[in-house]
Amino acid sequence: MKILVAVKRVVDYNVKVRVKADNTGVETANVKMSMNPFDEIAVEEAVRLKEAGKATEIVVVSIGPAAAQETLRTALAMGADRAILVQTDAEVQPLAVAKTLKAIVANEQPGLVILGKQAIDDDANQVGQMLGALLNWPQGTFASKVVPGDGSVAVTREVDGGLETVELKLPAIVTTDLRLNEPRYASLPNIMKAKKKPLETVDPASLGVDMAPRLKTLKVVEPPKRQGGIKVGSVEELVGKLKNEARVI
Amino acid sequence: MNILVIAEPSTGGVKAPTLTTLGAAAKLGGSVSLLVVGPGGAEAASVAGVAKVLSADGAEYAHPLAENVAPLVAKVAKDGGFGHVLFPATTFGKNVAPRVAALLDVQQISDITAVESADTFQRPIYAGNAIATVQSSDPVKVVTVRGTAFEAAAATGGSASVESVSGTGDAGLSKFVGQELTKSERPELTSARVIVSGGRGMQSGDNFVMLDALADKLGAAVGASRAAVDAGFVPNDYQVGQTGKIVAPELYIAVGISGAIQHLAGMKDSKVIVAINKDEEAPIFQVADYGLVADLFKAVPELTQAVG
Repeated sequence: MKILVAVKRVVDYNVKVRVKADNTGVETANVKMSMNPFDEIAVEEAVRLKEAGKATEIVVVSIGPAAAQETLRTALAMGADRAILVQTDAEVQPLAVAKTLKAIVANEQPGLVILGKQAIDDDANQVGQMLGALLNWPQGTFASKVVPGDGSVAVTREVDGGLETVELKLPAIVTTDLRLNEPRYASLPNIMKAKKKPLETVDPASLGVDMAPRLKTLKVVEPPKRQGGIKVGSVEELVGKLKNEARVI
Repeated sequence: MNILVIAEPSTGGVKAPTLTTLGAAAKLGGSVSLLVVGPGGAEAASVAGVAKVLSADGAEYAHPLAENVAPLVAKVAKDGGFGHVLFPATTFGKNVAPRVAALLDVQQISDITAVESADTFQRPIYAGNAIATVQSSDPVKVVTVRGTAFEAAAATGGSASVESVSGTGDAGLSKFVGQELTKSERPELTSARVIVSGGRGMQSGDNFVMLDALADKLGAAVGASRAAVDAGFVPNDYQVGQTGKIVAPELYIAVGISGAIQHLAGMKDSKVIVAINKDEEAPIFQVADYGLVADLFKAVPELTQAVG
């Protein structure tokens, strides 16, 4: 079974983002960029399935600027076999991402597509589910366990009340949650090897997908700042404040 | 303007996320229909502000699988000429809504925190470190609603008509196998008035008993940071944060939580925040109204005594 994994280049999760002075977005120039953490988990899961003999090839795909090649190389260093970059500098919204991935799926014919549940920049949490709808494939979102079987895959999902397990017919979509695995660090020899693995660049126009944004961002502002409070010296003082000042207990 | 709200599936009454999603619908203004997938259609008729309850109670909706529910919602939205389809931003809504949006060929607007007009909404991005105002050009607006940002509709006082609807049957793509739900007598995290939350500083799952004792005194729910969940101290559904549950109780007590931005994203709209941490440099103190620099293993039992 071939596995397709989608990855996104985002502002590193440790960076404290700043809103641009003209309120058009957040500052991304000279900011550390990394693979979206949920996508690292997706790559790791694919690599583990291949190591367990459940997958034959891992193709990793990204949609974004030329610099997203670095993100793809990271995935190759973790163990993916081949990479595709749909190169564009334009803003690509989740529906357009899903449509682009549908075109890639038509070419690649994977048995499983694994994606991060959410990118930590736009926090949309949409692409996997949308791709499922466009392909009419089942989806196992927010996965904490993935067990491929014969013609199906069992996915345990992190839901509001706890855990839920569903069985999906293959081919299927899986989106990853935090507890699925702990992604490996690529070793230096693997980073060197990854430089020689194939990375194909695709012009989005060649896929015939309508990528025009449907949402217009009118402005981006900082959230209201929370005023820092006070330090109390004892539990007794704390209880007093909560009872008499804040009146919440 | 016709608005379709999708109820949070429930086997026991109308759930809080349904009521807050109706609160967002009220901001839009217009006639509101409530689609109840699975049981509970008749009970939902008493919710204030609902003109009509659409009940889809077929066997294929016993478990709300996205593969079956999404075509149903898309069909109901099309048949009824709805301009807005609102889901709660719960794991149910997040799972199903994008599938509906793609079926309708529209770009979903996730996790809105304010309604500016019929086509313009505010939503947090970058873990809530920025707030974007976005305008949709799509004919149908598929939206998920952050519950903490809207006032809940009243659960009683309405008298909606109830109409049965059916979808497209079982898609035959997926099957419900089982679930392990965390059993608790305490209030649910997303609707609790008080939350006691523990982090890595708790050191073990057994030590959460201390937080349970405090929570029981306060009638509180118990939550956790990602670090505590990853370490296996508590189940995943305890997690408060950017990609876990978003909460905004009257009182949030953070115990042994350092305050990573991903955690703050899930709780910084709480009315009063208390932090108990032995590290006085912990970032949680920057958002706390009342900070106590102390050993939590002494402070928490003392606090439990004092509030009793």
